[in-house]
Amino acid sequence: MLQIVFDALSLGSLYALGALGIALIFGVMRLVNFAHGDVIAFSIFALLWPSTDAMAIVFAGNLPWFLLIPFVLLVGAGLSVLCEIVVFRRFRNTNPATMMIASFALGFVIRYFLLMLYSSRPKSISLLPILSQPVEMLGARLPLLQLITIIVTIAILFGLVIFLRRTRFGLEMRAAAENFSMARMLGVRANRVIMGAFALSGALAGAIALIFGIQTGTADIQMGAAVMLMAFISTVIGGLGSLAGAVLAGFLLGAASVVMQVILPVDARPFRDAFVYGAVILVLLFRPQGLIAARGTKERV
Amino acid sequence: MTLLNLVDVSVRYGRLTAVRGVSINLKEGEVLFITGPNGAGKSSLLRAIAGVTPTAGGHVEFDGAEITGRTPEDIARLGFSMVPEGREVFGSLTIEENLMVGAGMHSRTPGWKGQTAADLDSVYNTFPILKERRNQQAGLLSGGQQQMLVIGRALMARPRLIAIDEPSLGLAPNITDQVYERLIALQAERSLTLLIVEQSSTRAVMIGGRMILMRSGQVVLDGDARELGNSEAMQAAYFGYEDH
Repeated sequence: MLQIVFDALSLGSLYALGALGIALIFGVMRLVNFAHGDVIAFSIFALLWPSTDAMAIVFAGNLPWFLLIPFVLLVGAGLSVLCEIVVFRRFRNTNPATMMIASFALGFVIRYFLLMLYSSRPKSISLLPILSQPVEMLGARLPLLQLITIIVTIAILFGLVIFLRRTRFGLEMRAAAENFSMARMLGVRANRVIMGAFALSGALAGAIALIFGIQTGTADIQMGAAVMLMAFISTVIGGLGSLAGAVLAGFLLGAASVVMQVILPVDARPFRDAFVYGAVILVLLFRPQGLIAARGTKERV
Repeated sequence: MTLLNLVDVSVRYGRLTAVRGVSINLKEGEVLFITGPNGAGKSSLLRAIAGVTPTAGGHVEFDGAEITGRTPEDIARLGFSMVPEGREVFGSLTIEENLMVGAGMHSRTPGWKGQTAADLDSVYNTFPILKERRNQQAGLLSGGQQQMLVIGRALMARPRLIAIDEPSLGLAPNITDQVYERLIALQAERSLTLLIVEQSSTRAVMIGGRMILMRSGQVVLDGDARELGNSEAMQAAYFGYEDH
């Protein structure tokens, strides 16, 4: 039983972190950033030397944890900010559909860039192997990583809440997310806020990359896309633009996946995802605006 | 001394021209009402000055500096505070947070904390209801209270000029009276320059000051509000038929 709870929480954590990364950017510029998943993949590959061999040649991956973690977060944040400056800035005043297509294209550029340097074969890596060891807790055997994933996610969420509520930059981001044009008329610098949102979102992508990389022990070019889909669904269910909604929906989706895995009859288990997505459709039928509708989007519709 | 100078400003939305060649000169400490019927281009003009809508021609000077084509945040930082139509409070932020967003542009200047606390007190003195409800979400305020909040928020930026678009929109007449009463008191107290857009000229005639009448994107009349208000020229401008 406890095992199920922890599975649900740790999977939900991943989705929640991914959803947050998307919601943050959507909040300030109405962009659904489909390149987010590829930023995740890029962050993990940045730990390896470019090579097409199946054996990964570890580069920064050998760093001690207190350097490794900031390194990956910085890579994610850096790439994300670069995407903003090089691509999304030019699309800022276009309609959301155009921006979305641009993000798709950008995602493919990043993915094929990785493909060129590293080939499409997943590479096995072992990051911080100590975390894969199981620990005994309350009579259940849990991988240490699962525990840490949950703790880290909760810490990130707390940190983000404090950042948004207590700092000037956070205040400006919330104001801009709700009414960007009004915030600018009050002197809030558009570029700074948007770049801040991209940096935060990228750092979250880095965090997901780390957790995912340690969990699966592989670096896979496709890995971002898998999380990204669930994360995107979470932001929609949560109410596009609502940070709290994105987190809540991420955890719910994680829980739904894990619970269905357990309660579905054995024959139906391979089709678990169909049931999960069916539940998604049900939620959207009853609450098309999402669980927590964001103020800024409500007015626009 | 001229604070705001518009020279031949035009605004276009696609093929539609909303403002055609408007020139206005506004002195420091002056109160100017821009009135005119719906669609006269008043709001477009205001938005163009604030940098929210691009100008299609002409130029705008604020305090002697050219601000045409600059970003809204740059223009705000020069001391031009805009209160747009429909109030636009940040509904999910608390009242105090709304006010703090207004003060944010000075956060790099030394002594900011003390200054902001003093400004906050002064806004709360002017609008005590805001102090009472300062930790509530701004979206829960009534229309009149929201209007007070956005004026207070504009004041937090310590502006030299406040431009207000339709402050009476959707407010009961006695609430509008309150808002104007405080606005005018503030203006006198701080020698603020006020640029107020209203559809009707009634308020301008009541309060006095300078009044400009716009129609079809152009300035039709410019003069003392009380003198213009009852003139035949005014009547003709409002109700007159198209003469072009």
